[in-house]
Amino acid sequence: MTAAPARHRGLLAAAGGHHRFGLSATARIRAEAADGTTDLPLLHGDGPFVLRRMPSRGPQARVCLLNTMSAPHNGDRLRIEAAIGPDADLHVTSAAATVALPGPTLEPAVHEVALRVADSARLAWLPEPLISAAGSDLRQHIRIELASTARLVLSEQQILGRAHEPPGRLSSRLTVRRDGRTVLDQETTYGPGVPGWDGPAVLAGHRAVGQLLVVDPTDHEHPAEARLLTDVPSGAHAVLTPLAGPGTLLTALAPDAGDLQRCLDSALAHLF
Amino acid sequence: MSPLSLLILGDGRFPSGGHAHSGGAETAIAAGRVHDAATLRDFCQGRLHTTGLVAAALAAGAATGYDPLSLDEAADARTPSPALRRVARRLGRQLMRAVRVTWPGPELDDLAAARPGGAHQPVVLGVAARMAALTPYDAAQAAAYDSVCGPVTAAIRLLGLDPFQATAVTAGLCGDMEHVASQAAGHAARLPAEGVDALPATSAPLLEITAEQHATWPVRLFAS
Amino acid sequence: MHLHHTDPVRAEIIPPAAARSGGRPRPLRVGLGGPVGSGKTATVAALCRRLRDTVSIAVVTNDIYTREDAEALLRQAVLAPERITAVETGACPHTAIRDDISANLEAVEDLQERLDPLDLVLIESGGDNLTATFSKGLVDHQIFVIDTAGGDDIPRKGGPGVTAADLLVINKTDLAPHVGADLDAMRRDAEAARGPLPTVLTSVKDDHGVDPIADWISRRLAEHTAVRS
Repeated sequence: MTAAPARHRGLLAAAGGHHRFGLSATARIRAEAADGTTDLPLLHGDGPFVLRRMPSRGPQARVCLLNTMSAPHNGDRLRIEAAIGPDADLHVTSAAATVALPGPTLEPAVHEVALRVADSARLAWLPEPLISAAGSDLRQHIRIELASTARLVLSEQQILGRAHEPPGRLSSRLTVRRDGRTVLDQETTYGPGVPGWDGPAVLAGHRAVGQLLVVDPTDHEHPAEARLLTDVPSGAHAVLTPLAGPGTLLTALAPDAGDLQRCLDSALAHLF
Repeated sequence: MSPLSLLILGDGRFPSGGHAHSGGAETAIAAGRVHDAATLRDFCQGRLHTTGLVAAALAAGAATGYDPLSLDEAADARTPSPALRRVARRLGRQLMRAVRVTWPGPELDDLAAARPGGAHQPVVLGVAARMAALTPYDAAQAAAYDSVCGPVTAAIRLLGLDPFQATAVTAGLCGDMEHVASQAAGHAARLPAEGVDALPATSAPLLEITAEQHATWPVRLFAS
Repeated sequence: MHLHHTDPVRAEIIPPAAARSGGRPRPLRVGLGGPVGSGKTATVAALCRRLRDTVSIAVVTNDIYTREDAEALLRQAVLAPERITAVETGACPHTAIRDDISANLEAVEDLQERLDPLDLVLIESGGDNLTATFSKGLVDHQIFVIDTAGGDDIPRKGGPGVTAADLLVINKTDLAPHVGADLDAMRRDAEAARGPLPTVLTSVKDDHGVDPIADWISRRLAEHTAVRS
């Protein structure tokens, strides 16, 4: 029920068909409610991903995602799928930051995350940051399908470049569909060759960008006004905005990863 | 189609309320991030390739005749900041008033009736372009130009920037605007097959954050 | 549980009256323009006090800096807060009342929708120069307010505000002796520049100082009602 063994990168690459230089892997999670707790009938690791079951907390099952190889490299195609069944409750974190790295090919790496949350189910998806290393090129797309009574807390942190290096190219799209309607669709693209990415309209020198999305249709307090967070480090900016559909989004910009984490902590304190 | 209609629609003097909006330039100038022609150019380029591209694709999509209400909903999903949604709808309502007199047509009437408080401005722009017999690419160009022109005009007033230099900033971004417009038209062409997911969703975090900051200022020259 | 949800931002925006109800008579719209410090806001405040018991009034201000004039009116409590709206003008007050009247029209429509019945909307321009006039698409009549302290040569210098406004108000006549302004010359020059159009010399802060302006507006209101009924 845990992961497939992590195989050697070379073997995977050889099996990878037309992606000759990249590895291709799909990890899958399924969570189902059972007698007031949550079962994990499917916990399938693949390639670099090892999925580790952590001790449950009451009705909530907890999974930690381990990245056992240095991945993604340019040219890799990675995918994670999670389906949370009716009434189930799942909490997912990762053990360490993911570093997007250059590879033997000019092809970008592709990382797809597909999350489905059924009615009355709850998903907390709170991975560690993604770091875009110099020379890397990663396209990430997180797609979320929520049933009308599903609840979600999702965070996304992007760090542009390891310490003292310029970032790679990182494009990330977050699409949230609720009841078949798209309620949030946001794409950011940063790094070399992207026009205006570091200019005064987009990042203005900030190297850490984060989002925290909370969708809770049972929360009837849905303020129309945005809230600028003031208890954040100097040089960081963070705002909580009510979406057009139900849901609240934190958008945060910070000079570095530590300050970004403090923005997210502050937002969580405001929201819960 | 008449290229002159495009000039009329794109003219900064077209009476649709745009003159009172800085497109985020007022906060960028107050924060010192925009202070001269070079930083203004960077600002406009970033805005153009993010929210400008989305606006251009929405306008192009509406100009193809694609359902404007679906596009309006897609615009909401691409605009997390309520301050920016509010501005987009107010400007849409103001533009609607102007284009219903300039290029009257049933599609404008229908959209005005369905969204009496205003549809997102680029959607209205696209439907208006259609009424003026312009192409989706034309509509995208008008939206791309609008995305640059607003901050440039505001910077002339707020920084006392040399108007010739400021106009040179706009002219210097022509290649970028054409590129964005053709990308936008490409996205719009995929709408019938893929639905609104075919539209880009490029965003600029700082514009989202500063729009909410600006909305709280007690004293400001521009409405946004 | 919310199964259906609409953006609270959309609920906030008041749809224009025209799109909803056909044929509700629209209020008379009167613009007040004039240079900075001539007493436009004081005139609006005095008009509200004088007319509010008999006429349903709303005010739109066009501040250079947002809300300054609107807040002055709110502080003086001349009208209920929901009757006062500020329009932002992007550093160009004359554009907002003449070249691109979109934001002002929208503000008027919002007030119309919110306040029923509404008889009169006063639209105060941001303090600008002598060439600033209102578009006929925005107002039915316009009043231009100058003052003695601004120099007694203003009526002679002319400009569209002085020559073409439906009513010219020469305010702060009480200050004339202190600033060396020749009231007779101002009246003479104004009459020469304006032909048959009326001019009022007054001090709106004095008791009954605003009366001639209020009377003039009341006559315009009576005409407006006669035309629409």
